Amino acid sequence: MPIEVLMPALSPTMTEGKLAKWVKQEGDQVSAGDVLAEIETDKATMEVEAVDEGVLGKILVAEGTEGVPVNDVIALLLEEGEEASSLEGADERQAASVEGETEAAEDEGSSQKAEQARSTLAAPEGPKEAIPEPEPEWDGPTKKQTVREALRDAMAEELRRDERVFVMGEEVAEYEGAYKVTQGLLKEFGPKRIIDTPITEHGFTGLAAGASMYGLRPIVEFMTFNFSMQAMDQIINSSAKTLYMSGGQIENPIVFRGPNGAAARVAAQHSQCFASWFAHIPGLKVVSPWSAADAKGLLKSAIRDPNPVIFLENEILYGQSFEVPDTEDWLVPIGKAKVVRPGSDVTIVAFSIMVGKALEAAEKLAEEGIDAEVIDLRSLRPLDTATIVESVKKTNRVVSAEEGWSVAGIGSEIAAIMMEQAFDWLDAPVRRVTGADVPLPYAANLEKLALPQPDDIVEAARDVCYR
Amino acid sequence: MATKSGQERSRKRSDSSDPEAAKTSAPKRASSKQSKSSTRSKSPTARQGDLAKGVDKELLLKLYEEMLLIRRFEEKAGQMYGMGLIGGFCHLYIGQEAVVVGLQSCITDDDAVVTSYRDHGHMLATGMEANGVMAELTGRKGGYSKGKGGSMHMFSRKRKFFGGHGIVGAQVPIGTGIAFAMKYNEEPGICLTYLGDGAVNQGQVYESFNMASLWKLPVVYVIENNKYGMGTSIERSAAHSTELYNRGQAYGIPGVQVDGMDVLAVREAGLEAVDYVKGGKGPYIMEMLTYRYRGHSMSDPAKYRTREEVQKMRTEHDPIDRLRETLLEQKRAKEEELKEIDRRVKEIVGDAAEFAQNSPEPDPSELYTDVYVEAQAAE
Ligand SMILES: Cc1ncc(C[n+]2csc(CCOP(=O)(O)OP(=O)(O)O)c2C)c(N)n1
Ligand SMILES: [Mg+2]
Repeated sequence: MPIEVLMPALSPTMTEGKLAKWVKQEGDQVSAGDVLAEIETDKATMEVEAVDEGVLGKILVAEGTEGVPVNDVIALLLEEGEEASSLEGADERQAASVEGETEAAEDEGSSQKAEQARSTLAAPEGPKEAIPEPEPEWDGPTKKQTVREALRDAMAEELRRDERVFVMGEEVAEYEGAYKVTQGLLKEFGPKRIIDTPITEHGFTGLAAGASMYGLRPIVEFMTFNFSMQAMDQIINSSAKTLYMSGGQIENPIVFRGPNGAAARVAAQHSQCFASWFAHIPGLKVVSPWSAADAKGLLKSAIRDPNPVIFLENEILYGQSFEVPDTEDWLVPIGKAKVVRPGSDVTIVAFSIMVGKALEAAEKLAEEGIDAEVIDLRSLRPLDTATIVESVKKTNRVVSAEEGWSVAGIGSEIAAIMMEQAFDWLDAPVRRVTGADVPLPYAANLEKLALPQPDDIVEAARDVCYR
Repeated sequence: MATKSGQERSRKRSDSSDPEAAKTSAPKRASSKQSKSSTRSKSPTARQGDLAKGVDKELLLKLYEEMLLIRRFEEKAGQMYGMGLIGGFCHLYIGQEAVVVGLQSCITDDDAVVTSYRDHGHMLATGMEANGVMAELTGRKGGYSKGKGGSMHMFSRKRKFFGGHGIVGAQVPIGTGIAFAMKYNEEPGICLTYLGDGAVNQGQVYESFNMASLWKLPVVYVIENNKYGMGTSIERSAAHSTELYNRGQAYGIPGVQVDGMDVLAVREAGLEAVDYVKGGKGPYIMEMLTYRYRGHSMSDPAKYRTREEVQKMRTEHDPIDRLRETLLEQKRAKEEELKEIDRRVKEIVGDAAEFAQNSPEPDPSELYTDVYVEAQAAE
């Protein structure tokens, strides 16, 4: 039996491509690793390498053919001693497999077809996604803004840009947000696009998921993420999994946002970090920014992202001010961490409010002669492990800091990744600084004890530096 | 008028916007008692006979063929399950065909459909191909979800079929959201959102009713009351009354109870519901009294009901036999014509079974695709 050479995929989402050029011709001897052909898509060019040894027996797809489906047989390779007669019937086989395609295949079709289908569903055809990668350097003007204002601007700009974007949640419109993040949006965009919902998390989350399957781009505000628990089923079973379960047909562009983690003195039911809950789920993206510039750039990217994105904010950060690029084009890519303080002795990995605490800890450590590098993870799924590993190659020590609980937390994941990817670079075990393993207490002194403080980070850093 | 009386006898309604119904808030049971007395004076077959007179032959044959296709398809699926060709859960729709076929005949290409895991019939009715559905059941590349969804999770953008949902009740807010998007886009479509008599007790159903009515969303909730949620009969799951058409009363959603074993009664009531919803008046609830002949899924021991109960439904109320009788009795079709339909359907199902067995398994590389849509990079 001749060996089948298949049309390869350049990326997981590529469904077809152009067979640009045959480098080898029929009758040529090939060995493993030889370039057989060149493939093109609208994004890139790639070489098809031979995996096996043999003679290129028959080319089934001619040079210059466009729209060759991924995994179609493009050539047959004869193994040593194999007769050319075994190639007979190859063409017929091809034809049969094409005939066997159903409408199902057509339904999924090329990404182009899917795009067409999508645009017939959503009446207002939105602009194309454009996420820069890597993050743009910004040397233009900046302005001082609170995280709250940055989030509001991000939504307002995206609402202006794309008719399919709308905001829904409790008190988001007339009340202008329980934490005033949606201030002014109702006035500019009206009740069609800024929608006050009843107190019905499970229901409005499912409703938004359905609207997004049909082509809209909802931004769902949870008054706080504590209440998203009521909607967990719709977020995970409907939003996160439907693309996969539909074989790529049904997309779910949707943002779930709101404050996450402890506020101040609101006790156990209103103070929980859900980062590790959501980060566990394939199909979701999870971001949790610290600075206003990242809050704005990441929220804009999240709204343009064709996947469900969990956007974890922090109530205490809402009022903090940062310099933010003064432009409507500020987009921060999802999945990239940021070194917010370079250092050489120990790497402190944090996200959201813990970044500020880590920076405070770094200042204290500097007084003791320990030069800490602080990494703001920003995204928890996908997690930018490369940036952490690079840092550890330099510092050989890692402390992770998060407000959530330690068991199966983000720090646990980082510790595991360090074991797997940076073991040889570590000079000390990874240390996790986390919230105490208790429901958050109300009393001021107990609350402070339960939440990780800069001093806890300082102590952990000293530990891993053996000081 | 023949059709009028047929309609009255095969249906019950709760119309919260009508002043008659408003009175019911004091003596609550009054309105449903009243309508109850108006049913079942003629035999079901005689009722269908009356209705058939107002429907043209072509449509009657189309309804017949579509019901038969679902029946034969499901029988084949059951057979293939037995041969180990289909795995996991497989919920057959046999017995309930009139519901989905009748309602599908009331809508157009503008309209969407969403349902639970008992979804093969709905897919075939929306025009999805038997080949792709069957190949999904066998977990093959040629299936609608490339073999990654299985029996409970299939979709077709082209046919506006939005699943196939395995979590009982989850499709109800989703269907409401599809209707929301249609209204947002100012499209003419509506969304038919199907749910079971078991699902109707989920909290999210009422969250959806509330929002749909509050925002006047173009959605028809179709409750397929087949009397059981797995092994729990409606008597053991529904408080106060086993009737479900009035479950939207608190939200001002009109409801109607329909003989779901009579495809023409379903169509009659469906046309009215669709018309109401397309008129921008908000949601509508239809309770379809129906019955599933097979177990809940393939591995159902069926200890919760008697053989006689099932047998009685099959012999006295079968929607396909009934339409066949009507067609022949009224001389709207000849034996040969019906035989020809039988033959055609058999062929489609046979081909689908063959396709589903010959389609290759998904490539191992498919394991990691379709988890995310790649964001498009900036130029
Ligand atoms: C949330 C949830 N709970 C339980 C189940 C298990 N389950 C699957 S079907 C079913 C019965 C549902 O009955 P009904 O809504 O009447 O639909 P039918 O099967 O009769 O079509 C149950 C309990 C589930 N899939 N999802
Ligand atoms: Mg049921």
